[in-house]
Amino acid sequence: MPRNSTIKLLFATGPSINTRLLVAVVASIALLATEQTSIRLDPLRATLSFFIDPIKYLVDLPSVLIEQTSNSISSYTALKKENERLREEQLIQQTRLLKFAALEKENIRLRALLENSFKLGEQVLVAELLSINTGPYEHIVQVNKGTRFGVHPQQPVLDANGVVGQVIRSLPLSSEIMLITDPNHAIPVQVNRNGLLTIAVGSGQMNRLNLPYLPNNADIQPGDLLITSGLGGTFPQGYPVAVVDEFTPEPNKPFASITATPKAMLNRNRELMIVWSNTTPIPLTSQQPTNDKKVETPADE
Amino acid sequence: MNNYYGFGRIILTIVLAMCLRIAPMPGIMAAINPDWVLLSLIYWALAVPERVGIFHAWTFGLLTDVLMGRLFGQHALTYSLIIYLCLKLHKRLRQFPLIQQGLFIFFCLLLSQLLLFWIKNLQHPSQLPPSFWLPVITGTLCWPLIYTALRFVRLSRRVK
Repeated sequence: MPRNSTIKLLFATGPSINTRLLVAVVASIALLATEQTSIRLDPLRATLSFFIDPIKYLVDLPSVLIEQTSNSISSYTALKKENERLREEQLIQQTRLLKFAALEKENIRLRALLENSFKLGEQVLVAELLSINTGPYEHIVQVNKGTRFGVHPQQPVLDANGVVGQVIRSLPLSSEIMLITDPNHAIPVQVNRNGLLTIAVGSGQMNRLNLPYLPNNADIQPGDLLITSGLGGTFPQGYPVAVVDEFTPEPNKPFASITATPKAMLNRNRELMIVWSNTTPIPLTSQQPTNDKKVETPADE
Repeated sequence: MNNYYGFGRIILTIVLAMCLRIAPMPGIMAAINPDWVLLSLIYWALAVPERVGIFHAWTFGLLTDVLMGRLFGQHALTYSLIIYLCLKLHKRLRQFPLIQQGLFIFFCLLLSQLLLFWIKNLQHPSQLPPSFWLPVITGTLCWPLIYTALRFVRLSRRVK
């Protein structure tokens, strides 16, 4: 392996290798310490990401190509069948939505009677998962929308079935999403059947959440749907999170051991929805036009 | 002028290593995917130590931090420490047979994983599965592959 090209090294100029190491180590530790306590480094990260994001998109390219080819070579009849099925589904959803609109209005009226303000209305942005692998022991995924689209940390992320997680960092062209199953993630939930409030903590396994803070005599049973409670302010209220699948009382401990399965298809979906909640509550005078449905999809590129 | 061209090749191989690092893989393959960036940096530090220095390692470490979305500076710290070791020992290491080199690579990768583990635990203590340590072993096993491939690049393109 050695080729005779090392003479330059023997008379190297500039700072010695030990000094260089010292500078590099001090600089790294300074970066680590700064990042722990503040977000001042985000601009630097965003700048560097202009070099790095092309790599992410490059690695993602094969799966995009496979998807597109499989779309373009699927047969005419299959497409027609799928189209029919989707149209039917859409019709059903539309009628259901009509009923929901009425219910929503009724709900606002009732809340107005109780002199209670009601938050509603969300905007969503469809983002696509980048199929890249950045650490198998953490439940963090990356999507192809970033600050360019107004994505910011702590935004909730949903899919068609339920809550997926929240944005933890956004770069100009991509952002990172922590899934609800990450061991460092907790989400305030509510049992849909009786309104019991608790917190669901990630287990580190792809299809399991733990509910560690419920006493042994809590009114909860397998099959109960857990929805977001809206407490904590990050997640909007009322989206399905998980279904309870096991309730084991532990008589010698203060809390029961309860596990639940997330509703969202955490490791299968490619399309995710990033949500903006409207923070201004609907006014109590219920006869205003703002009560109309505000759910819309501004961007579907 | 030839040198500049050669450095482009080095960067290209490291970008390729970054692609491999985040390539989507099924199941167990994802867990044992070794740190390709560090392996290729080690190769270049041993082969052309006057071209690849600690600051290069530090810069590529920062870029890897952005790539992996981890705490800023942790890969920069580990990469510059390990490249320091390589630069200190490169004259002896070049004389070693492949097995002995492999042992050195094993300890380098182990050190890097230990540092990452330590920084991660400082951030917030969390239990990691035993598979966290597997990339050290697979990385060592991949060393002959990296060595042959990058040596081919170096000799065919006259990187020096």
